[in-house]
Amino acid sequence: MRFAETGFNLEVDLSRGNVERVATDPKDTELYLGGLGTSAKLMWDRVPPEAEPFSPENLLIFSAGLLCGTPAPGCNRTIVSTFSPQTKLLAYSMMGGFWAPELKHAGYDKVILRGKSPDLVYLWINNDKVEIRDASHLKGKGAVETADLIKKELKEPKAQVAAIGMAGENRVYFASIEQGRSSASRGGIGAVMGDKGVKAIVVRGTKDVHIAKPAEFMELCNYVLKYIKARDGNPIPGVMPILAGLGSPQEMIVHDEKWHTENFMWGNSRLRRKGFWTEEVAENWTNTMESMRTRLISCYNCPMKCGATISPPGLPTYMMKCFSKLTYTMGAMSDLEFGLRIAQSATEYGVDGFSAPQVMAFGLELLEAGILTDKDFPGMPDDNEGKFYWLLDKIVRREGIGDTLANGTHWAAEQIGNGAQEFAHNNIKKLEQLPLKLGMLNPIYFLMYSTGEKINITQIEGNFPQAPFATREEREEFVKDWPHVPDEKFKEYFVEWEQRGEKSIPYYPTPDATCEIVNWQEQMHYIDDSLGMCAGLSSFPLKPPYHIHNLPTFISSGAGIDMDKDELIQIAKRNRNLVRALNVRKGMRRADEKPPEDHWRKRFPELETELMDTYYKFKGWNSQGIPTEESLNELSLDYISKDFIQRGILKDGEDAPSGETSTEKEQK
Amino acid sequence: MEEHAVSGHKKTKTVKTIRIDVDKCNGCRACEVICSAFHASPRYSSSNSARSRIRVIHDPLRDIYVPVYAGDYSMAECAGRDKYTIDGKEYDECAFCRASCPSRDLFKEPDSGLPLKCDMCESDPSLSEPMCVQWCLADALVYEEREEEVVEEEQQEEIEIGLEAMANKHGVQKVMDTLARMTKKA
Repeated sequence: MRFAETGFNLEVDLSRGNVERVATDPKDTELYLGGLGTSAKLMWDRVPPEAEPFSPENLLIFSAGLLCGTPAPGCNRTIVSTFSPQTKLLAYSMMGGFWAPELKHAGYDKVILRGKSPDLVYLWINNDKVEIRDASHLKGKGAVETADLIKKELKEPKAQVAAIGMAGENRVYFASIEQGRSSASRGGIGAVMGDKGVKAIVVRGTKDVHIAKPAEFMELCNYVLKYIKARDGNPIPGVMPILAGLGSPQEMIVHDEKWHTENFMWGNSRLRRKGFWTEEVAENWTNTMESMRTRLISCYNCPMKCGATISPPGLPTYMMKCFSKLTYTMGAMSDLEFGLRIAQSATEYGVDGFSAPQVMAFGLELLEAGILTDKDFPGMPDDNEGKFYWLLDKIVRREGIGDTLANGTHWAAEQIGNGAQEFAHNNIKKLEQLPLKLGMLNPIYFLMYSTGEKINITQIEGNFPQAPFATREEREEFVKDWPHVPDEKFKEYFVEWEQRGEKSIPYYPTPDATCEIVNWQEQMHYIDDSLGMCAGLSSFPLKPPYHIHNLPTFISSGAGIDMDKDELIQIAKRNRNLVRALNVRKGMRRADEKPPEDHWRKRFPELETELMDTYYKFKGWNSQGIPTEESLNELSLDYISKDFIQRGILKDGEDAPSGETSTEKEQK
Repeated sequence: MEEHAVSGHKKTKTVKTIRIDVDKCNGCRACEVICSAFHASPRYSSSNSARSRIRVIHDPLRDIYVPVYAGDYSMAECAGRDKYTIDGKEYDECAFCRASCPSRDLFKEPDSGLPLKCDMCESDPSLSEPMCVQWCLADALVYEEREEEVVEEEQQEEIEIGLEAMANKHGVQKVMDTLARMTKKA
C-alpha cells in the first residue's frame, strides 16, 4: 500500500483524446518526494529543451503535493508546472484552495496533460471515471463563472474546478489558472492550458488517503494546530504587523496600508508616494473593504483566513487573497474601490495580478513617452480608470495594441522597439516582479532575486528576518525562542546584524553567511513545494509551525518513508538542482541571474560578483551557475550530468568550478 | 446520552450539543478531515471527507456555509421540502437537515452506501470535546454540555410488563435474540 500518495498519475493525451491511469515508481517518491520534485523529474524526462512552450510536446502538469489530502493542516497546494511562454524557463506556479486534496481522493497524485486538443474541452475526473468533455459552450466565459456552470451542468456541487478565463484561451503570456478562491498565476501557465485547448479540470473524489503511522502523524498535526492558536494571540514583536503573524500576508483583514502604499511603487513600478496614507484615505479604504468583503475564507484544512469573498456593488461576487488587493489600485494610481472592482474582471478573465497592472501601466507610459501613439489606442476612454478597463479588455481579447501587450512587458518592448525596452524595467528573467524599489542593496535578497528558480520576489522570502531589529537586546530576545533554525549559527548571524555600521547591509551578513541564509530559506520552499505545504505555515513567515526539525517526521509518519533532517535536506538539494538543470538545459546562464537594474539605488558591482561567486561555489555550481558533474552525481542526478556532457553544457572531467567570470556575454 | 441515577425518582441526563455559528465558518472543512480520520479503522489511519459525519454545505459565491452533523438514517425522502431564506440568502432545500436519506449522497459510506451518524466521538477514554470542535479554530463549532433533570419515566414499568408477556408467549431466549438483532440494526 502507498501512504499519503495514491501511487497513480493520470496521463491525458489531448491530441488523441486518450486517458490512462499509470502507476508511479515509489523510488521516485523517495528521491523527489512529490509535487514539484516529481513533476520536475517528468519535465526532465519527457520535454526536450527544443520544445516550445506552445507546442504539443510541452507538458502541463497539475500535481498534488505528497502530503495533500492527509490531515496535515494547511497542506493543500496544487503545483502546476510547464515551460513558460514568458520566461521560456520552467514555471511552477502554485495554488491553495481545495483542488489538490480532491485529486488525491479521486485516486491520483498528478494530472499530466500532453498534446493539444483540436477543440475546447474540459476534463471531468470523477474517481475512476474520467471524461474529456466538450467545452465549446464555455468559450469566452469567465474562470469563476465557468466553475459555477460546470458544477451545475454535472450536478456536482462538491466538485473542484481549476479553470482558465478568456486570457488563457487567447494565450495571454500572463494568464492564470483560477480555482475559485485561489489561483496559479505566475509565468503564464494559463496560456499553456489555453494552448492545449483545456478550459477546465474538474475533480471529484471519495477515496481514502492513507497514513503510515497514524498516532505519530496525528500528534504532529495537533501540535501544529495548537501552535497556530498560540501564535494567533502572540504576534512577533519588533516587526511590522504583516510579518508578525502566520499565513500569507493578511491583506483581507488588515486595513492599515500605510506601509504598502508608501513603500511600494505606484504606476509601472515607478512612483513612491510618501505621505499618501492620510486619515481620509484610511477611512475611505476601510469603508470600501468593509462594504465589499462578505466573509474571510480559508483553504482546505487550514485555520488561517488569508482569503475573502468580495462583492462589489453591481458586480458578481469573486474571491481574493493577499496582495492583489493593491496591485491594480497602485498600478492605475487609483483607489481601493477601483482596485477591488477591476480585480473582479481580472479574476474572471484569469490574469496574473502582479503582471497585468504593470503591463497596462507600461502601455500607458509608452503612450506618454511617444513611443506608442493615440493611433495605437483607438477608442480608449479619457478617464484614468476607464483606460485600465479598456486595456484589460484589449489584452485578454488580443485586439490591437492588446495583442502586443498580452506578451508581457519584456516581449512587448522587444516587439515595439524604439526604446520601449527601457520601460520594461521591473523584470527578472522576463517576468514582472513585485513593484518594490529600495535604497541599499541587501545581500540576502540580491541572491534570492538573482538565483531563485521561482523567479518571483514575494515567494522566496523565508524564515530569517528581512531586516535586523533595532537593538541587540531585541535580537537576543528573538533568537531565545527560535528552534526553527537548522543550525545554531543562524542565531549568531542575526544577533550580530546591525541596522547601521560595520555589521549592516550590504557587507553583513558576510557573503558566506548570506549563502547559508539563502540556502536555508530556499531549502524550506523546495520542501513545501514537494509536500504541497502552504508556505504561509512553513517557509514564508517567521517562526512557523512547520520547520526542518518536524517536517521529516511528518514525511516518515505520513508517507512511510524513513526520513531524518539530513535526508530531507538532501532531497531539497536534489530538487533544487533538478529544477536548475531544467533551466540550464533551456539556456539559462549567469548573465540571466540578476535583479531588476533599478531594484536598489545603491549597487556594489564587486560585492555582487563576490556574492554570486561564493553562492555558486557553495551550491556546487560552476561559474555559470551550472551544477557540476560531481555535485550532480552526489545527488544521484547522474542522468543530468551525462546529458550535460553530451550536450556540451558541461565538459567531461571538469568538475571544479571553472575560472569564467560574470562579465561573460550572455549565452543564448 | 449518559444517564445517571440520582436519589428518589429524579435523575439527570447529560445533553451534548454543538453550537454552530454559520457566520464564523470559514469553509476550511477541517471538521470533515478530522472526523473521517478519527472514525477510520485503525484510528487516524486514513482521511476522506466523503466518510465524515459532519459536512460543510457550502457555496462560497452565495456566502453559504452550513456545517451539518449526520443524524438518523431515513428510509424515505420527505414528502414535502422546505426552503429557508435567511438574511436574504436562500438556502438549498435539505441544507439544514441531518438525515442520511435517499434524496442525497450525504452521510453515506462511499463504497457501501451504509448510513453514517455522528456519535460525538464517543470513545474510551472519552474526549474533552468532539474532534471537529477541537479542530475548528474559527470557533464556528462550540461544544456544550448541560445536565437536565428528568423525572424517572413510568413507561419503564410498562416495558417490563410488556416484555414479560412476550417472554411468556415466545420464550425468553427468542425475545433476547430479537432484541440483539434490533440493537445491531440500530
